[in-house]
Amino acid sequence: MDLIKPEIGLFFWQTIVFLVLLFLMAKFAWKPILNSIRQREDSINDALASAESARLEMTNLKANNEKLLKEAREERDGMIKEARQIKEKMIADASDDAQVKANQMISAAQDAIKMEKQAALNEIKTQVATLSIEIAEKVVSKELTSKEDHMKLVASMLDDVKLN
Amino acid sequence: MKAHQSLKMIVTLTIAFAMMPFLSFAKKDIAEAEKEFNPTDMIMHHIGDAHGWHFFGSGESAVTLPLPVILYTDNGLVTFMSSDFHHDTEGEYIVEKDGMSFVNFHEKIYQLNAGVQDIEFNEDQEPLNASKPYDFSITKNVAAMLLTVIVMLVFFFSLAKHHKKNTHAPRGMNNALETLVLFVRDDIAKPQIGEKKYRKFMPYLLTVFFFIWITNMLGLLPGAANVTGNISVTVSLGLFTLVLILVNGNSDFWKHTLWMPGIPTFVKPILAVVEILGLIIKPVALMIRLFANITAGHIIILSLLGLIFILESAGVAGVSVPFALFIMVLELLVAFLQAFIFTMLSALFIGMAVQEHEHH
Repeated sequence: MDLIKPEIGLFFWQTIVFLVLLFLMAKFAWKPILNSIRQREDSINDALASAESARLEMTNLKANNEKLLKEAREERDGMIKEARQIKEKMIADASDDAQVKANQMISAAQDAIKMEKQAALNEIKTQVATLSIEIAEKVVSKELTSKEDHMKLVASMLDDVKLN
Repeated sequence: MKAHQSLKMIVTLTIAFAMMPFLSFAKKDIAEAEKEFNPTDMIMHHIGDAHGWHFFGSGESAVTLPLPVILYTDNGLVTFMSSDFHHDTEGEYIVEKDGMSFVNFHEKIYQLNAGVQDIEFNEDQEPLNASKPYDFSITKNVAAMLLTVIVMLVFFFSLAKHHKKNTHAPRGMNNALETLVLFVRDDIAKPQIGEKKYRKFMPYLLTVFFFIWITNMLGLLPGAANVTGNISVTVSLGLFTLVLILVNGNSDFWKHTLWMPGIPTFVKPILAVVEILGLIIKPVALMIRLFANITAGHIIILSLLGLIFILESAGVAGVSVPFALFIMVLELLVAFLQAFIFTMLSALFIGMAVQEHEHH
């Protein structure tokens, strides 16, 4: 059968043509095409990997930020608390001071008042004595002759009279 | 993108128009038309090779693209155009060249012995008074093969041009081609040969896949040649795979072929014979599968259409033509399938030859 009998001519041409085609395609078509496809795939893989690492970095950063924020908040709370304590202490100290000062002022005032009162009493005693003597002298000059007897009488009377 | 498309269009049209001057118009032969219809001859003529590319018409009125006839005779190379035979395939028209006479008998060219006018054959179809020179003609199949080469170069050089400029995915036609290239790489080469070694075989696998597929598709066009349905072509393709297996087979492969480890010694020679036979049968199966599938498709279509002439009734066309159309569409699938299977099995055989065995 002619159908299944290979012909040398066609076999020869098929081999030559295929080899030439293989050479041309391998050199000028398949090589650039496959290289470029591989490059593209590599760059896609790289991009995916870097996206993944960026995502990880983002999570790390976020965690870091949160940590920092937490620390800052704690520090702020601490500062506020401390300030409040200081304030309270200051207020307490101030009021103590004021109390002490006030007490001092009050006692000083009381002393001054006491002294003034004593002085005033003494003055009053002297005035009263003088007045009493003058009054008594006028009243009893006729009955008591001796001045010394009058003075003794008045002094003994004044000693009996204790003001306050 | 537009520039590429118009370039492709121009190339296609140029090829078509370049053929026009060679078309030879001849006178009508009435006797030819009255000859009895022989379906076997018709089918064999259509699936066989020819020395001219016949488009339409018959006998002397046929429109045929003449192709060069290149013969290697005892007196050296002889070349002339197939149109010198004036469409004769019955050995009647004698071409005289360099003092030798040649006839075309059923698309085979014979050199007549000196003084002989009519070629005679014995019962085994061997010529009695003529010799058969080595025929290296650019036949219809060779021309169709070259057409495939042109188509492949135009399409894939365009894709390569895109890829030389940038690594982005291309658009349009180039994207479709790239998908097919990736299909061969990811679904044929990588799984069969392995991630490590597939790269070396990619050019062969891609070339053979697209060559077979495009040739199969072009072979479905009306008036086209039956290239991949010709045993000479598939023998050549099968041998390429065989050579790749033999050249790239590693020591493990040869050890398993010639002296299989792990079995009793007396079985080893028997198995070696079986393995070597298997080595030869693999490419033979490849070449027969492709040849038989493509030829069978052509024969079915021609038979269905031949029914019209056998039954001598135009009404049969109502049944034959839809059936032939159905087979034609099926052949579109077969065209891809056979290219895929050939490439797949080639990759599988190569993969078996290069794989690293685990030592057990």
